[in-house]
Amino acid sequence: MSELTLTVMRLGFLAVLWLFVIVAVQVIRSDLFGTRVTQRGAQRAGRREAAGRPQQAARQAPPPQRQQSGGGRQRRNAPSKLVVTEGTLTGTTVALQAQTISLGRAHDSTIVLDDDYASSRHARIYPDRDGQWIVEDLGSTNGTYLDRTRLTTPTPIPLGAPIRIGKTVIELRK
Amino acid sequence: MSSTTNSPTHHTSTIGAIGAPSRRNTELALLVFAVAIPVFAYANVGLAINDQVPSGLLSYGLGLGLLAGVGHLAVRKFAPYADPLLLPLATLLNGLGLVVIWRLDQSKLLQSIKQAGTAAPRQLLYTALGIALFVAVLIFLKDHRVLQRYTYISMVGALFLLLLPLVPGLGQNIYGAKIWISVAGFSIQPGEFAKIVLAIFFAGYLMVKRDALALASRRFMGLYLPRGRDLGPIIVVWMISILILVFETDLGTSLLFFGMFVIMLYVATERTSWIVFGLLMSAAGAVGVASFEPHVQQRVQAWLDPMKEYTLSQQGVIGHSEQAMQALWAFGSGGTLGSGLGQGHSDLIRFAANSDFILATFGEELGLAGIMAILLIYGLIVERGVRTALAARDPFGKLLAIGLSGAFALQVFVVAGGVMGLIPLTGMTMPFLAYGGSSVIANWALVGILIRISDTARRPAPTPASNPDAEMTQVVRPS
Repeated sequence: MSELTLTVMRLGFLAVLWLFVIVAVQVIRSDLFGTRVTQRGAQRAGRREAAGRPQQAARQAPPPQRQQSGGGRQRRNAPSKLVVTEGTLTGTTVALQAQTISLGRAHDSTIVLDDDYASSRHARIYPDRDGQWIVEDLGSTNGTYLDRTRLTTPTPIPLGAPIRIGKTVIELRK
Repeated sequence: MSSTTNSPTHHTSTIGAIGAPSRRNTELALLVFAVAIPVFAYANVGLAINDQVPSGLLSYGLGLGLLAGVGHLAVRKFAPYADPLLLPLATLLNGLGLVVIWRLDQSKLLQSIKQAGTAAPRQLLYTALGIALFVAVLIFLKDHRVLQRYTYISMVGALFLLLLPLVPGLGQNIYGAKIWISVAGFSIQPGEFAKIVLAIFFAGYLMVKRDALALASRRFMGLYLPRGRDLGPIIVVWMISILILVFETDLGTSLLFFGMFVIMLYVATERTSWIVFGLLMSAAGAVGVASFEPHVQQRVQAWLDPMKEYTLSQQGVIGHSEQAMQALWAFGSGGTLGSGLGQGHSDLIRFAANSDFILATFGEELGLAGIMAILLIYGLIVERGVRTALAARDPFGKLLAIGLSGAFALQVFVVAGGVMGLIPLTGMTMPFLAYGGSSVIANWALVGILIRISDTARRPAPTPASNPDAEMTQVVRPS
């Protein structure tokens, strides 16, 4: 075997060996946990909440509802999740699955609000027959606000509009 | 019947749901790479020595690939969230070891002195056994915390394994070290297995006792002095490792066990004073034993003045060996980029060229660049072990992972340091690279346990359980 071939193989082998080491280190780099979290601050705050009060909303299993034949789920602009953007539960998300979401201080609410200004059964959010999500105030003491207007009747929720309950603000997002 | 029962399918929150992906495909890609490199090396050795691609290339590549594939499928099935790097790194080292053992098999010099040319097929067989044990660990060890139940049984088992070579008729004295036993024609090194069993004992013991060890201490000259009764276990372990050193004349194993204990003690208690104590005690023990044990003395002499040792052995003085100097020459002649696979003369080391001294062959034929890559691969295995310990949620798993990776790191240090002349030479094997059944099998088991712990550690948190409060405060409405 010619000297040249062997030299090329020798150097080539070292290069391949080092390439393996570099690839392995790249894998470690991309393997750091939590890289897929999008809302950093919100997520962290939410996690702290969940750790601090395990019995709170994050762990709460929701009350079931009659399954609607959820026509709206297929629509393009239908929201897919409810996000808490302000308040102690910041970062919590709830998937919207054609079920009523109840909000309040009561333990069996879907989202248990730890908020002095919230009533025990404060409001609920549910899809109507067309799949449009509706928010309804359940006779709360301090009221539920969509944008800045206090709700008096069940109202459809536009995508991204803030719903304020006491210090908590929630939004529907895609 | 509204708002009363819980529906398990509803997804309430994404908190904690952002878990690590399983990374199994990354592992597969790396494994393919890790099998391809040794195949390349094998072809390279064949071309350099015999001017042709070796005839066994296909069967060898398929064999290694098959073993790696079996390991990968077992991980995919039984530990889907395990660390993606441990298996490829171990496979690569094992494969490179096989190539270099085969390369030394081809040496006429080694064939002439009983180091028969059949080591590579045997090593492939041992690798298969090792992978089998690896798969068995993954299948039968569903949860590493089960091992915690066997804390004291592990202690007895480890002592039993360590004492086996001293049993008359069973133990073998090979070249001055009594660390082998002979069963049905096979030489087994129980110390390699005792390493794992002992790590289980230390982890279980320290998990229970770490608070007493960490908190009940007096401060003296900036060091925390532990209470006398807490000092008991460390004294006992020290005594045992000294006894191993005296009766089995095995410096490496005693250093390994004591070092592993000190590492785990430090991790469990966060007290630097344990490290100081450990270093002082091991130094005192080593010096004390070296003052009257001729075998150890000779090793120290060979370390201090390898050239004198070499001249003595060339003059035919019994009991001296040229190995240490030959290994240094091998490293030296390798230079930065090495002589190329199959083109070195590391077979001049003669005895144990493919086991204890295999690193010298790598040093000569791959040079500094190759040795650094190999040490980095060892370092990555240790790093993944420590990362697993960091990620593990239970203290037992943490300590076990730290103990196993610490033992692995110490073993690499003791062997590499010994071969390179940094510390006195000890009769230990380079994990995965060196020829030797016990070593390969035990280290595959070690990697299996690490993979099991990392699977538990990286598994995404389960979806939040339904709140018991909510069930207790159900409101039943007449409907």
